[in-house]
Amino acid sequence: MKPGDELPPLEIPITRTLVVAGAIASRDYQDVHHDAELARQKGSPDIFMNILTTNGLVGSYITDHFGPRAVLRKVAIRLGAPNYPGDTMVLTGTIEDVAEDVADDTATVRVIGTNSIGRHVTGTVTVAFPAPAARRTGARQAPVTLPAGEAG
Amino acid sequence: MVNNKQEVSDDLGNVGNLGDTSNPGDLEKRLKAFEGRPSVVAGVGKDPVNAPMIRHWCEAMGDTNPAYAGPDAIAPPTMLQVWTMGGLSGHRADIGRTEAYDELLALLDEAGCTSVVATDCEQEYVRALRPGDEVTFDAVIESVSERKTTKLGTGYFVTTRMDVRVGDDLAGTHRFRILKYAPAGRREKPPRPRPVVNRDNAGFWEGVRQHRLLIQRCTGCGTLRHPWLPGCTTCGCPDWDTIEASGEGTVYSYVVPHHPPFPAFEPPYAVALIELAEGVRMISNVVGVPYDKVRIGQSVLLEFQAYDDDLVLPVFRARGEAA
Repeated sequence: MKPGDELPPLEIPITRTLVVAGAIASRDYQDVHHDAELARQKGSPDIFMNILTTNGLVGSYITDHFGPRAVLRKVAIRLGAPNYPGDTMVLTGTIEDVAEDVADDTATVRVIGTNSIGRHVTGTVTVAFPAPAARRTGARQAPVTLPAGEAG
Repeated sequence: MVNNKQEVSDDLGNVGNLGDTSNPGDLEKRLKAFEGRPSVVAGVGKDPVNAPMIRHWCEAMGDTNPAYAGPDAIAPPTMLQVWTMGGLSGHRADIGRTEAYDELLALLDEAGCTSVVATDCEQEYVRALRPGDEVTFDAVIESVSERKTTKLGTGYFVTTRMDVRVGDDLAGTHRFRILKYAPAGRREKPPRPRPVVNRDNAGFWEGVRQHRLLIQRCTGCGTLRHPWLPGCTTCGCPDWDTIEASGEGTVYSYVVPHHPPFPAFEPPYAVALIELAEGVRMISNVVGVPYDKVRIGQSVLLEFQAYDDDLVLPVFRARGEAA
Protein backbone atom coordinates (compact mmCIF):
# COMPACT_ATOMS: atom_id res chain seq x y z
CA MET A 1 0.00 0.00 0.00
CA LYS A 2 1.38 3.36 -1.01
CA PRO A 3 0.11 6.87 -1.66
CA GLY A 4 -1.78 7.03 -4.92
CA ASP A 5 -3.15 3.48 -4.67
CA GLU A 6 -6.83 3.28 -5.39
CA LEU A 7 -9.48 1.29 -3.54
CA PRO A 8 -11.97 -0.65 -5.65
CA PRO A 9 -15.09 1.47 -6.14
CA LEU A 10 -18.26 0.53 -4.29
CA GLU A 11 -21.70 1.08 -5.82
CA ILE A 12 -24.44 1.78 -3.32
CA PRO A 13 -28.03 1.90 -4.61
CA ILE A 14 -29.77 4.76 -2.80
CA THR A 15 -33.09 3.13 -2.03
CA ARG A 16 -35.87 4.83 -0.12
CA THR A 17 -35.44 2.09 2.46
CA LEU A 18 -31.74 2.88 2.91
CA VAL A 19 -32.45 6.61 3.37
CA VAL A 20 -35.21 5.98 5.94
CA ALA A 21 -33.50 3.07 7.73
CA GLY A 22 -30.27 5.07 7.99
CA ALA A 23 -32.07 8.11 9.38
CA ILE A 24 -34.01 6.12 11.97
CA ALA A 25 -31.01 3.97 12.97
CA SER A 26 -29.13 7.21 13.56
CA ARG A 27 -32.04 8.61 15.63
CA ASP A 28 -32.54 11.43 13.12
CA TYR A 29 -36.26 12.14 12.76
CA GLN A 30 -35.96 15.28 10.60
CA ASP A 31 -38.93 14.95 8.24
CA VAL A 32 -36.82 15.59 5.12
CA HIS A 33 -35.27 12.16 5.66
CA HIS A 34 -38.51 10.14 5.78
CA ASP A 35 -41.53 12.18 4.61
CA ALA A 36 -41.45 12.95 0.88
CA GLU A 37 -44.44 15.30 1.01
CA LEU A 38 -42.95 17.47 3.74
CA ALA A 39 -39.57 17.36 2.00
CA ARG A 40 -41.22 18.73 -1.15
CA GLN A 41 -42.93 21.48 0.84
CA LYS A 42 -39.46 22.53 1.94
CA GLY A 43 -38.25 22.78 -1.63
CA SER A 44 -36.55 19.39 -1.94
CA PRO A 45 -37.70 17.11 -4.79
CA ASP A 46 -37.76 14.10 -2.45
CA ILE A 47 -36.42 12.83 0.85
CA PHE A 48 -32.63 12.67 1.01
CA MET A 49 -29.96 10.80 2.95
CA ASN A 50 -28.87 12.30 6.28
CA ILE A 51 -25.25 13.08 7.06
CA LEU A 52 -24.96 10.37 9.72
CA THR A 53 -25.83 7.67 7.19
CA THR A 54 -23.27 9.02 4.75
CA ASN A 55 -20.74 9.02 7.59
CA GLY A 56 -21.56 5.40 8.36
CA LEU A 57 -21.32 4.32 4.73
CA VAL A 58 -17.96 6.04 4.27
CA GLY A 59 -16.66 4.39 7.45
CA SER A 60 -17.80 0.93 6.42
CA TYR A 61 -16.40 1.36 2.90
CA ILE A 62 -12.99 1.77 4.50
CA THR A 63 -13.27 -0.94 7.16
CA ASP A 64 -14.72 -3.41 4.64
CA HIS A 65 -11.71 -2.80 2.46
CA PHE A 66 -9.05 -3.11 5.14
CA GLY A 67 -10.71 -5.81 7.20
CA PRO A 68 -11.74 -6.14 10.83
CA ARG A 69 -8.26 -5.42 12.16
CA ALA A 70 -8.51 -1.86 10.87
CA VAL A 71 -9.67 0.72 13.40
CA LEU A 72 -11.21 4.02 12.39
CA ARG A 73 -9.38 6.96 13.92
CA LYS A 74 -10.87 9.85 12.06
CA VAL A 75 -13.67 10.41 9.57
CA ALA A 76 -14.15 13.91 8.16
CA ILE A 77 -16.75 14.41 5.46
CA ARG A 78 -18.30 17.27 3.54
CA LEU A 79 -21.62 16.91 1.77
CA GLY A 80 -22.53 18.27 -1.65
CA ALA A 81 -25.18 16.90 -4.03
CA PRO A 82 -27.93 15.16 -2.03
CA ASN A 83 -28.55 11.41 -2.20
CA TYR A 84 -32.14 11.03 -3.39
CA PRO A 85 -33.95 7.67 -3.63
CA GLY A 86 -33.47 5.96 -6.98
CA ASP A 87 -29.94 7.24 -7.43
CA THR A 88 -26.72 5.28 -7.11
CA MET A 89 -23.69 6.50 -5.22
CA VAL A 90 -20.27 5.25 -6.19
CA LEU A 91 -17.64 5.49 -3.47
CA THR A 92 -14.01 5.65 -4.52
CA GLY A 93 -10.92 5.91 -2.36
CA THR A 94 -7.32 6.92 -2.90
CA ILE A 95 -4.52 6.33 -0.43
CA GLU A 96 -3.16 9.72 0.51
CA ASP A 97 -0.63 8.87 3.16
CA VAL A 98 0.82 5.86 4.91
CA ALA A 99 2.57 6.27 8.25
CA GLU A 100 4.34 3.90 10.56
CA ASP A 101 4.40 4.56 14.25
CA VAL A 102 5.59 2.67 17.30
CA ALA A 103 2.05 1.87 18.35
CA ASP A 104 0.19 1.79 15.04
CA ASP A 105 0.52 1.97 11.35
CA THR A 106 -1.97 4.35 9.84
CA ALA A 107 -3.32 5.07 6.41
CA THR A 108 -5.13 8.19 5.30
CA VAL A 109 -7.63 7.70 2.52
CA ARG A 110 -9.33 10.34 0.44
CA VAL A 111 -12.91 9.23 -0.22
CA ILE A 112 -15.27 10.59 -2.85
CA GLY A 113 -18.89 9.57 -3.32
CA THR A 114 -20.46 10.52 -6.64
CA ASN A 115 -24.12 10.25 -7.64
CA SER A 116 -25.96 11.25 -10.81
CA ILE A 117 -26.14 14.89 -9.70
CA GLY A 118 -22.54 15.33 -8.71
CA ARG A 119 -20.34 14.80 -5.69
CA HIS A 120 -22.40 13.73 -2.71
CA VAL A 121 -19.48 13.46 -0.34
CA THR A 122 -15.80 14.24 -0.18
CA GLY A 123 -13.87 13.17 2.85
CA THR A 124 -10.76 11.94 4.53
CA VAL A 125 -10.56 8.82 6.65
CA THR A 126 -7.66 7.89 8.88
CA VAL A 127 -7.53 4.24 9.75
CA ALA A 128 -5.10 2.51 12.10
CA PHE A 129 -3.71 -0.99 12.13
CA PRO A 130 -2.62 -1.77 15.68
CA ALA A 131 0.95 -3.01 15.57
CA PRO A 132 1.89 -6.45 16.87
CA ALA A 133 2.60 -6.45 20.60
CA ALA A 134 6.24 -7.34 19.93
CA ARG A 135 6.86 -4.08 18.15
CA ARG A 136 5.24 -2.00 20.85
CA THR A 137 7.61 -3.50 23.42
CA GLY A 138 10.58 -2.29 21.46
CA ALA A 139 11.65 -5.26 19.35
CA ARG A 140 11.95 -3.35 16.09
CA GLN A 141 11.85 -5.43 13.01
CA ALA A 142 11.88 -4.89 9.31
CA PRO A 143 9.19 -2.46 8.09
CA VAL A 144 5.80 -4.01 8.50
CA THR A 145 3.75 -4.61 5.43
CA LEU A 146 0.30 -3.20 5.87
CA PRO A 147 -2.59 -5.54 5.18
CA ALA A 148 -3.53 -5.61 1.55
CA GLY A 149 -7.21 -5.55 2.36
CA GLU A 150 -9.34 -8.63 2.70
CA ALA A 151 -12.29 -7.14 0.89
CA GLY A 152 -10.28 -5.44 -1.79
CA MET B 1 -38.70 38.36 -4.48
CA VAL B 2 -38.78 37.06 -0.94
CA ASN B 3 -39.17 39.76 1.60
CA ASN B 4 -37.12 38.55 4.52
CA LYS B 5 -37.00 41.85 6.31
CA GLN B 6 -38.04 41.37 9.88
CA GLU B 7 -37.93 43.64 12.81
CA VAL B 8 -36.67 42.22 16.05
CA SER B 9 -35.65 43.61 19.36
CA ASP B 10 -32.27 42.81 20.79
CA ASP B 11 -31.48 42.49 24.47
CA LEU B 12 -31.22 46.23 24.87
CA GLY B 13 -34.61 46.82 23.34
CA ASN B 14 -33.15 48.29 20.17
CA VAL B 15 -34.96 47.51 17.00
CA GLY B 16 -33.08 46.60 13.89
CA ASN B 17 -33.73 45.15 10.47
CA LEU B 18 -31.92 41.87 10.62
CA GLY B 19 -32.78 40.86 7.11
CA ASP B 20 -31.82 44.19 5.66
CA THR B 21 -28.94 43.36 3.39
CA SER B 22 -27.86 46.99 3.36
CA ASN B 23 -26.55 46.54 6.86
CA PRO B 24 -25.49 42.95 7.44
CA GLY B 25 -22.63 44.12 9.64
CA ASP B 26 -24.77 44.48 12.75
CA LEU B 27 -26.17 41.00 12.37
CA GLU B 28 -22.74 39.52 11.78
CA LYS B 29 -21.45 41.23 14.90
CA ARG B 30 -24.24 39.71 16.92
CA LEU B 31 -23.72 36.29 15.37
CA LYS B 32 -19.99 36.44 16.09
CA ALA B 33 -20.77 37.07 19.75
CA PHE B 34 -22.02 33.48 19.99
CA GLU B 35 -18.58 32.07 19.18
CA GLY B 36 -17.12 30.30 22.19
CA ARG B 37 -20.43 30.00 24.01
CA PRO B 38 -21.38 26.49 25.08
CA SER B 39 -24.31 24.91 23.25
CA VAL B 40 -24.52 21.81 25.43
CA VAL B 41 -23.27 21.45 28.99
CA ALA B 42 -23.20 18.01 30.59
CA GLY B 43 -25.53 16.39 28.08
CA VAL B 44 -26.46 12.79 28.81
CA GLY B 45 -27.07 10.11 26.20
CA LYS B 46 -30.67 8.89 26.22
CA ASP B 47 -29.54 5.28 26.04
CA PRO B 48 -26.30 3.65 27.10
CA VAL B 49 -24.32 2.23 24.20
CA ASN B 50 -26.21 -0.97 23.46
CA ALA B 51 -26.17 -3.99 21.17
CA PRO B 52 -29.67 -3.54 19.67
CA MET B 53 -28.98 -0.01 18.45
CA ILE B 54 -25.62 -1.14 17.09
CA ARG B 55 -27.29 -4.01 15.26
CA HIS B 56 -30.00 -1.75 13.81
CA TRP B 57 -27.33 0.63 12.55
CA CYS B 58 -25.29 -2.18 11.00
CA GLU B 59 -28.43 -3.55 9.32
CA ALA B 60 -29.25 -0.15 7.86
CA MET B 61 -25.70 0.39 6.61
CA GLY B 62 -25.23 -3.18 5.46
CA ASP B 63 -22.14 -3.29 7.67
CA THR B 64 -21.20 -6.87 8.56
CA ASN B 65 -17.91 -6.05 10.27
CA PRO B 66 -17.48 -8.75 12.97
CA ALA B 67 -15.94 -6.16 15.31
CA TYR B 68 -19.46 -4.83 15.94
CA ALA B 69 -21.01 -8.11 17.13
CA GLY B 70 -20.38 -10.74 19.76
CA PRO B 71 -19.20 -10.56 23.36
CA ASP B 72 -16.27 -8.20 22.60
CA ALA B 73 -18.27 -5.94 20.32
CA ILE B 74 -17.46 -2.29 19.95
CA ALA B 75 -19.89 0.23 18.52
CA PRO B 76 -19.12 1.38 14.99
CA PRO B 77 -17.03 4.51 15.60
CA THR B 78 -19.13 6.42 13.06
CA MET B 79 -22.09 6.02 15.44
CA LEU B 80 -20.46 8.58 17.75
CA GLN B 81 -23.12 11.24 17.16
CA VAL B 82 -25.97 8.71 17.39
CA TRP B 83 -25.45 8.30 21.15
CA THR B 84 -25.98 12.03 21.60
CA MET B 85 -29.17 12.36 19.54
CA GLY B 86 -32.44 13.45 21.11
CA GLY B 87 -34.52 11.16 18.88
CA LEU B 88 -38.20 11.76 18.23
CA SER B 89 -39.00 13.26 21.63
CA GLY B 90 -35.79 15.25 22.06
CA HIS B 91 -33.66 15.64 25.12
CA ARG B 92 -35.13 16.57 28.47
CA ALA B 93 -35.32 20.35 28.64
CA ASP B 94 -33.54 20.44 32.00
CA ILE B 95 -30.49 18.51 30.82
CA GLY B 96 -27.62 19.69 28.73
CA ARG B 97 -28.82 22.16 26.19
CA THR B 98 -28.00 25.82 26.78
CA GLU B 99 -29.98 28.78 25.57
CA ALA B 100 -27.13 30.04 23.41
CA TYR B 101 -27.64 27.60 20.55
CA ASP B 102 -31.41 28.12 20.46
CA GLU B 103 -30.90 31.88 20.56
CA LEU B 104 -28.42 31.70 17.71
CA LEU B 105 -30.79 29.64 15.56
CA ALA B 106 -33.69 31.95 16.41
CA LEU B 107 -31.62 34.98 15.41
CA LEU B 108 -30.88 33.34 12.07
CA ASP B 109 -34.55 32.39 11.62
CA GLU B 110 -35.51 36.01 12.16
CA ALA B 111 -32.96 37.06 9.57
CA GLY B 112 -34.81 34.91 7.04
CA CYS B 113 -32.41 31.96 7.27
CA THR B 114 -35.12 29.46 8.11
CA SER B 115 -33.76 26.39 6.32
CA VAL B 116 -30.98 24.21 7.58
CA VAL B 117 -28.73 21.60 6.05
CA ALA B 118 -25.79 19.69 7.55
CA THR B 119 -22.65 20.21 5.50
CA ASP B 120 -19.68 18.83 7.42
CA CYS B 121 -18.99 16.20 10.02
CA GLU B 122 -15.48 15.67 11.35
CA GLN B 123 -15.01 13.00 13.96
CA GLU B 124 -11.98 11.72 15.82
CA TYR B 125 -12.28 8.50 17.72
CA VAL B 126 -10.13 8.33 20.83
CA ARG B 127 -11.56 5.36 22.68
CA ALA B 128 -13.89 2.63 21.45
CA LEU B 129 -17.43 2.67 22.79
CA ARG B 130 -18.82 -0.63 24.04
CA PRO B 131 -22.27 -1.79 25.14
CA GLY B 132 -22.95 -0.52 28.64
CA ASP B 133 -20.97 2.71 28.25
CA GLU B 134 -22.90 5.74 29.51
CA VAL B 135 -22.15 8.66 27.26
CA THR B 136 -22.02 12.32 28.32
CA PHE B 137 -21.24 15.25 26.08
CA ASP B 138 -20.43 18.94 26.01
CA ALA B 139 -20.49 21.18 22.98
CA VAL B 140 -19.39 24.67 22.12
CA ILE B 141 -20.28 27.01 19.26
CA GLU B 142 -16.93 27.12 17.56
CA SER B 143 -17.62 29.58 14.77
CA VAL B 144 -20.29 31.43 12.84
CA SER B 145 -19.29 32.34 9.31
CA GLU B 146 -19.79 35.56 7.45
CA ARG B 147 -22.77 35.74 5.15
CA LYS B 148 -22.24 33.23 2.34
CA THR B 149 -24.08 32.71 -0.89
CA THR B 150 -24.43 29.06 -1.89
CA LYS B 151 -26.41 27.17 -4.51
CA LEU B 152 -29.09 26.55 -1.89
CA GLY B 153 -29.35 30.17 -0.85
CA THR B 154 -27.66 32.80 1.23
CA GLY B 155 -26.90 32.15 4.86
CA TYR B 156 -24.40 31.41 7.58
CA PHE B 157 -22.34 28.33 8.45
CA VAL B 158 -22.50 27.42 12.13
CA THR B 159 -19.84 25.07 13.45
CA THR B 160 -20.10 23.30 16.78
CA ARG B 161 -17.55 21.03 18.45
CA MET B 162 -18.67 18.32 20.78
CA ASP B 163 -16.62 16.22 23.19
CA VAL B 164 -18.14 12.82 23.91
CA ARG B 165 -17.07 11.14 27.13
CA VAL B 166 -17.56 7.98 29.12
CA GLY B 167 -16.92 8.95 32.71
CA ASP B 168 -13.74 11.02 32.60
CA ASP B 169 -12.46 9.40 29.42
CA LEU B 170 -12.73 11.26 26.14
CA ALA B 171 -14.28 8.84 23.66
CA GLY B 172 -14.22 11.15 20.66
CA THR B 173 -14.69 14.61 19.28
CA HIS B 174 -17.35 15.59 16.84
CA ARG B 175 -17.23 18.78 14.82
CA PHE B 176 -20.47 19.50 13.00
CA ARG B 177 -21.27 22.25 10.55
CA ILE B 178 -24.68 23.34 9.37
CA LEU B 179 -25.76 25.96 6.87
CA LYS B 180 -28.69 28.09 8.06
CA TYR B 181 -29.96 29.76 4.93
CA ALA B 182 -32.73 31.61 3.17
CA PRO B 183 -33.76 29.29 0.33
CA ALA B 184 -32.87 30.72 -3.05
CA GLY B 185 -36.31 29.75 -4.40
CA ARG B 186 -35.86 28.09 -7.76
CA ARG B 187 -38.93 29.67 -9.32
CA GLU B 188 -38.25 33.17 -8.10
CA LYS B 189 -38.42 35.81 -10.82
CA PRO B 190 -35.31 37.90 -11.37
CA PRO B 191 -35.69 41.39 -9.95
CA ARG B 192 -37.04 44.15 -12.13
CA PRO B 193 -34.25 46.17 -13.75
CA ARG B 194 -32.99 49.14 -11.72
CA PRO B 195 -33.26 52.66 -13.12
CA VAL B 196 -30.00 54.21 -14.24
CA VAL B 197 -29.58 57.17 -11.92
CA ASN B 198 -27.10 59.88 -12.86
CA ARG B 199 -26.47 63.50 -11.88
CA ASP B 200 -28.91 64.76 -14.50
CA ASN B 201 -31.89 62.71 -13.30
CA ALA B 202 -31.04 62.07 -9.62
CA GLY B 203 -33.63 64.64 -8.51
CA PHE B 204 -36.37 62.80 -10.37
CA TRP B 205 -35.59 59.49 -8.65
CA GLU B 206 -35.24 61.18 -5.28
CA GLY B 207 -38.76 62.54 -5.86
CA VAL B 208 -40.05 59.07 -6.73
CA ARG B 209 -38.53 57.73 -3.54
CA GLN B 210 -40.63 60.30 -1.68
CA HIS B 211 -43.68 59.41 -3.80
CA ARG B 212 -43.58 62.72 -5.68
CA LEU B 213 -43.50 62.89 -9.46
CA LEU B 214 -41.37 65.94 -10.28
CA ILE B 215 -41.37 67.64 -13.66
CA GLN B 216 -38.45 69.85 -14.66
CA ARG B 217 -39.26 73.45 -15.51
CA CYS B 218 -36.92 75.79 -17.33
CA THR B 219 -36.44 78.95 -15.26
CA GLY B 220 -35.53 80.80 -18.48
CA CYS B 221 -38.66 80.26 -20.57
CA GLY B 222 -40.90 78.26 -18.23
CA THR B 223 -41.14 75.21 -20.52
CA LEU B 224 -41.81 71.91 -18.75
CA ARG B 225 -39.74 68.91 -19.80
CA HIS B 226 -39.57 65.16 -19.24
CA PRO B 227 -37.45 63.06 -19.12
CA TRP B 228 -34.98 65.17 -17.17
CA LEU B 229 -32.23 66.88 -19.15
CA PRO B 230 -29.30 69.18 -18.27
CA GLY B 231 -30.73 72.09 -20.26
CA CYS B 232 -33.84 73.43 -21.97
CA THR B 233 -34.41 72.14 -25.51
CA THR B 234 -36.53 75.20 -26.28
CA CYS B 235 -34.29 78.08 -25.16
CA GLY B 236 -31.02 76.37 -24.19
CA CYS B 237 -31.08 77.72 -20.63
CA PRO B 238 -29.26 75.42 -18.16
CA ASP B 239 -31.23 76.59 -15.10
CA TRP B 240 -34.33 74.82 -13.90
CA ASP B 241 -36.61 74.09 -10.99
CA THR B 242 -39.37 71.52 -10.56
CA ILE B 243 -43.10 71.34 -10.15
CA GLU B 244 -44.90 68.34 -8.72
CA ALA B 245 -47.22 66.55 -11.15
CA SER B 246 -50.88 66.42 -10.16
CA GLY B 247 -50.98 62.75 -11.11
CA GLU B 248 -53.75 63.17 -13.69
CA GLY B 249 -52.97 61.81 -17.14
CA THR B 250 -54.15 59.98 -20.22
CA VAL B 251 -52.74 57.17 -22.34
CA TYR B 252 -51.16 58.88 -25.34
CA SER B 253 -50.00 55.62 -26.92
CA TYR B 254 -49.01 52.10 -25.96
CA VAL B 255 -47.41 48.89 -27.15
CA VAL B 256 -47.89 45.28 -26.01
CA PRO B 257 -44.69 43.22 -26.06
CA HIS B 258 -45.34 39.51 -26.69
CA HIS B 259 -41.92 38.34 -27.68
CA PRO B 260 -39.09 38.01 -26.86
CA PRO B 261 -39.71 37.53 -23.15
CA PHE B 262 -37.57 39.49 -20.72
CA PRO B 263 -36.76 37.55 -17.52
CA ALA B 264 -38.25 40.07 -15.08
CA PHE B 265 -41.54 40.44 -16.99
CA GLU B 266 -44.25 38.04 -18.03
CA PRO B 267 -45.50 38.85 -21.53
CA PRO B 268 -47.83 40.05 -22.79
CA TYR B 269 -47.91 43.38 -20.95
CA ALA B 270 -48.68 46.95 -21.91
CA VAL B 271 -46.07 49.68 -21.97
CA ALA B 272 -47.77 53.04 -22.20
CA LEU B 273 -46.77 56.56 -23.05
CA ILE B 274 -48.70 58.68 -20.58
CA GLU B 275 -49.44 62.31 -21.24
CA LEU B 276 -49.57 64.10 -17.92
CA ALA B 277 -52.14 66.85 -17.32
CA GLU B 278 -49.19 69.27 -17.26
CA GLY B 279 -48.43 68.36 -20.89
CA VAL B 280 -45.24 66.29 -20.70
CA ARG B 281 -45.23 62.58 -21.52
CA MET B 282 -43.54 59.69 -19.77
CA ILE B 283 -43.24 55.94 -20.30
CA SER B 284 -44.80 53.76 -17.63
CA ASN B 285 -47.14 50.83 -17.02
CA VAL B 286 -50.91 50.97 -16.79
CA VAL B 287 -52.18 48.96 -13.85
CA GLY B 288 -55.66 47.90 -12.85
CA VAL B 289 -56.66 46.61 -16.30
CA PRO B 290 -55.47 43.67 -18.41
CA TYR B 291 -52.93 44.48 -21.11
CA ASP B 292 -55.59 44.20 -23.83
CA LYS B 293 -57.90 46.73 -22.16
CA VAL B 294 -55.44 49.59 -22.35
CA ARG B 295 -56.70 52.21 -24.81
CA ILE B 296 -55.43 55.46 -26.26
CA GLY B 297 -57.09 58.34 -24.48
CA GLN B 298 -57.79 56.30 -21.36
CA SER B 299 -57.85 58.40 -18.20
CA VAL B 300 -55.23 57.32 -15.67
CA LEU B 301 -54.10 58.39 -12.23
CA LEU B 302 -50.57 58.26 -10.83
CA GLU B 303 -49.63 55.92 -8.05
CA PHE B 304 -46.37 54.58 -6.69
CA GLN B 305 -45.76 50.86 -6.69
CA ALA B 306 -43.08 49.12 -4.63
CA TYR B 307 -41.63 46.18 -6.57
CA ASP B 308 -39.14 45.11 -3.91
CA ASP B 309 -37.27 46.55 -0.95
CA ASP B 310 -35.22 48.86 -3.15
CA LEU B 311 -37.46 49.70 -6.07
CA VAL B 312 -40.42 52.06 -6.21
CA LEU B 313 -41.75 53.14 -9.61
CA PRO B 314 -44.47 55.56 -10.74
CA VAL B 315 -47.28 53.69 -12.51
CA PHE B 316 -50.71 54.76 -13.73
CA ARG B 317 -54.01 53.21 -12.73
CA ALA B 318 -56.77 53.13 -15.29
CA ARG B 319 -59.75 55.22 -14.20
CA GLY B 320 -62.44 54.02 -16.56
CA GLU B 321 -63.48 53.78 -20.21
CA ALA B 322 -61.51 55.35 -22.99
CA ALA B 323 -62.40 58.99 -23.48
